[in-house]
Amino acid sequence: MTTTDTVSHVPVQPRDKTMGMPRHHMLIFACLFVFMLVAPFLLYPIFLMKVMCFALFAAAFNLLLGFGGLLSFGHAAYFGSASYISAHAAKVWGLTPELAILCGTGTALVLGIVIGSLAIRRQGIYFAMVTLAFAQMVYFFSLQAEFTGGEDGIQAVPRGELFGLLNIQPDRVLYYFVLAITFGGVLAIYRIIHSPFGQVLKAIRENEPRSISLGYHVNRYKLAVFVISATFAGLAGATKALVFQLASLTDVYWTMSGEVVLMTLLGGMGTVFGPLLGAGIIVAMQNYFASFGAWVTVMQGVIFVLGVLLFREGIVGVIAQRIKKPL
Amino acid sequence: MTDAAILSASGLTKEFKGFVAVNKVDLAVERGTIHALIGPNGAGKTTCFNLLTKFLQPTAGKITYKGQDITGLTPADIARQGLVRSFQISAVFPNLTVLENVRIALQRRRGDSYDFWRSESVLHEYDDEARAHIQDVGLTEFSNERAAELSYGRKRALEIATTLALNPEMLLLDEPMAGMAQEDVERISALIKRISQNRTILMVEHNLSVVADLSDRITVLARGEVLAEGDYATVSKDPKVIEAYIGAGHA
Repeated sequence: MTTTDTVSHVPVQPRDKTMGMPRHHMLIFACLFVFMLVAPFLLYPIFLMKVMCFALFAAAFNLLLGFGGLLSFGHAAYFGSASYISAHAAKVWGLTPELAILCGTGTALVLGIVIGSLAIRRQGIYFAMVTLAFAQMVYFFSLQAEFTGGEDGIQAVPRGELFGLLNIQPDRVLYYFVLAITFGGVLAIYRIIHSPFGQVLKAIRENEPRSISLGYHVNRYKLAVFVISATFAGLAGATKALVFQLASLTDVYWTMSGEVVLMTLLGGMGTVFGPLLGAGIIVAMQNYFASFGAWVTVMQGVIFVLGVLLFREGIVGVIAQRIKKPL
Repeated sequence: MTDAAILSASGLTKEFKGFVAVNKVDLAVERGTIHALIGPNGAGKTTCFNLLTKFLQPTAGKITYKGQDITGLTPADIARQGLVRSFQISAVFPNLTVLENVRIALQRRRGDSYDFWRSESVLHEYDDEARAHIQDVGLTEFSNERAAELSYGRKRALEIATTLALNPEMLLLDEPMAGMAQEDVERISALIKRISQNRTILMVEHNLSVVADLSDRITVLARGEVLAEGDYATVSKDPKVIEAYIGAGHA
């Protein structure tokens, strides 16, 4: 055996796990949950709910990019269309909020199947362009269709009563409903990443021809992860429509697709907590620097460039490297 | 073509826009042998490999594996039939650990792992077996190391361990010794010899001493066509082969 390599052979510490989760992940999730429980008493609830919706959106996107190795540039299509359908279902059909969200999410799922099955036939930049092209089609459909309200969007969406019982109109009540959805969504994505399916996904991301040569039908896995990612993006969008009581063209425009890429890369793609942090930072900037007007976009651009130059792995990615533990 | 052939190709042709990379190649690999595919650069060896495993679609020709026509199958399905290939560049999963690399192959036994709702801890049932394969190629101490951290020779060893975990009936090795240090060549050579017990191996290799040492039968390709076939003694005396290799400093 050669000894030409200079890598030090420190074996990875055996991972301590509780309920299939490394302890430090469990700890972070627990801290996060406790913080989010008390947060609405310290910070503006609408802002927090926006962060949570985008955190779920970014986590869904990261599942596709960071673990499936697929860069979609059209995730606004699922986020936005789910937002429209959920708003329409709540306002026009008069459905209860959980059913409205379900309708929106289901729409994103179906859209994911249609667009995904066509897009995964191409790779790399072509894949990204196909997803973008479809997303633009969804955008123009939203602009033209009657029910979306064109430039006005769907406004004054009623939050309604959860299961027809609990009035979630007050922000603080809605907050805990949104917390349950987004936290549950993020945990579900966590489980998907750490499932036998997730393990195959990582293999495909790492080396596609090799995965094929081991007998995996990689296109089926790609489609599956695409649809799952689109569905969770839809869940985020549908929830967001109830938070803001609004579904608009912004949700489905290509800049929304760009924003979720930005959040994911800034936080750290392929990490569990990166997209959540990235979403928090970007939403906080938009919120607290809103007085700078259009300059927020410039600042976002600068932060993104600095981020890519200084820590290509994203903030959480760099921390994970420092402490030598996956985050 | 003999009946003993496990894998055979007839009239295998691949054209790329006006250029014929592989031209009417007939090949028969006998069960239980080590068959080498050699030839100067650009002879079409790797293209041949890609055709046989369907990573490329042949323009014409027929491929038969264990008496069954596999010309129309997808590469993943061919792998599932027990015909597994390796790659010229080392094909590991760099950000997975050595153990996880081998486990990906063992995991295939569960069928398709689409169960995204289950914890990956169900995969621990394959750990012991994966460790046995890792020990086989001498990588035990690196089990929890990321594959990216391994030296080149060890990556190739890991690749072989992963391939063997599928327990394939036939292996297609694309330049298993490429870019390897001499000690590694000897080690991998011995390993290939060992795993060839009750398996069939077809390999592309440039290192002629390895070819001479390991292979039962050799097919020489040049400019996409079969130039000669036979055992090493026959092939190395063939004037056409000598001519094809002149300037390369071999034969």
